[in-house]
Amino acid sequence: MDFQYQFVLSTLPQLMKGVKLTIYITFYGLAGGLVLGILTGLILAYRIPVLNYIGAAYVWVVRGTPIVVQAMFVYFALPLAMGIRMTGIYAAVLVLAINAGAYIAEIVRGAVLSINKGFVDAGLALGLSRFQVTAYVVGPLAFRRMIPPLGNQFIIGLKDTSLFIVIGVGELTRQGQEIMASSFRALEVWTAVAIIYLVLTTFLALSLRWLERRMKII
Amino acid sequence: MKIVECKKVCKSFGKTEVLHDIDLSINKGEVVVVLGPSGSGKSTLLRCVNVLEKITSGDLIVDGKSVTDPKTDIRHIRQEAGMVFQQFNLFPQMTALENVAFGPIKVRKTPKAEARKEAEELLSKVGLAERAGHYPSQLSGGQQQRVAIARALAVKPKLMLFDEPTSALDPELKGEVLSVMKSLAEEGMTMIVVSHEMNFALNVGSRLIFMDEGRVIHDGSPQELYENPPTDRLRDFLRNIQ
Repeated sequence: MDFQYQFVLSTLPQLMKGVKLTIYITFYGLAGGLVLGILTGLILAYRIPVLNYIGAAYVWVVRGTPIVVQAMFVYFALPLAMGIRMTGIYAAVLVLAINAGAYIAEIVRGAVLSINKGFVDAGLALGLSRFQVTAYVVGPLAFRRMIPPLGNQFIIGLKDTSLFIVIGVGELTRQGQEIMASSFRALEVWTAVAIIYLVLTTFLALSLRWLERRMKII
Repeated sequence: MKIVECKKVCKSFGKTEVLHDIDLSINKGEVVVVLGPSGSGKSTLLRCVNVLEKITSGDLIVDGKSVTDPKTDIRHIRQEAGMVFQQFNLFPQMTALENVAFGPIKVRKTPKAEARKEAEELLSKVGLAERAGHYPSQLSGGQQQRVAIARALAVKPKLMLFDEPTSALDPELKGEVLSVMKSLAEEGMTMIVVSHEMNFALNVGSRLIFMDEGRVIHDGSPQELYENPPTDRLRDFLRNIQ
């Protein structure tokens, strides 16, 4: 086996370009997914009339189809169907947000439903509105329960950005693929790419662990 | 002066009727102890008074406001009727002091510094001044329940509802909660207490209500009902809870 460290170093600038894009898509995609997921999760947990059904349909469709198909649909099919055209990067952010949002909705719904009804009663009995009880009592308690599954979802989301290779977005995996095509050094390229993903997901996991410790209730 | 008035109050959960034609009025300053076997509707009655449950038919008037009147702000009724729960239900992410100050800050829009000062006073009133910075999980059951009483009092209610406040406590810890409730009664607070603490009913209660199967069976002076139970049902019940 002949592992050329020198070659790996020479590819780093190009791989870093991919890393930047991977982080960009992950950050905005998951931020959007979080907003969408919290909103949908609350709608499902409190069974808001009508919206409840729309939310359930959204979760059903998104969880029931592969993210690669969703990406291809948004990037290749939407322009044909409705004339909606966007760059690969925007399509990637949009698809990640919609995809993660559906899973986060279920995380939020589960966390909200797991909060003891007694706390809700206690809040209402003080004369708080439903909204205040959700914002100040249920929300902070549910958020703590959400952190571990949310960490899972964030890591999955980060890794799922590699699937946007199918719509030609120059993220990390795509950059690896391109270097491979011109150099045929599969061992160096995929080792480097794998380690970079591992560094990124480790950083994400540690940040969430830190947040969990900070939010811990004594 | 009436503070709670039930007029033919019925409450059903699905097909199960939990309260049946309850007629009851409670005046300011009364300390009413509600007794009855489990499933007799005692807790449901309390929860109807501060509208945690909606009544199915009849009318219920709290502090002059009808719970069935669409114009009534339910939150106003709840602010006037403080509630203490069997399981305490203190907010676990807040310290004792934050739990007590929370209601006034969010509901009465009391400035934070003032609410915290009042919360400190209430905590010392229930004997827990030195525990202000503790989280609920760091307090014993009895201490948690005393904080819960302070939390309900902080919103300055006209009426206090106690839903089996000592049922989840060790015999040793019951005393400290009951003595806080006793001093509250001595200050003239109107109280409705669902409890099987017969000593409390006899020493502090001004009125005893015995409920069974969703109806008020007896309503009278605690001493008289205790010494001469008018029915076998009450006699058996009293014997069983001793």
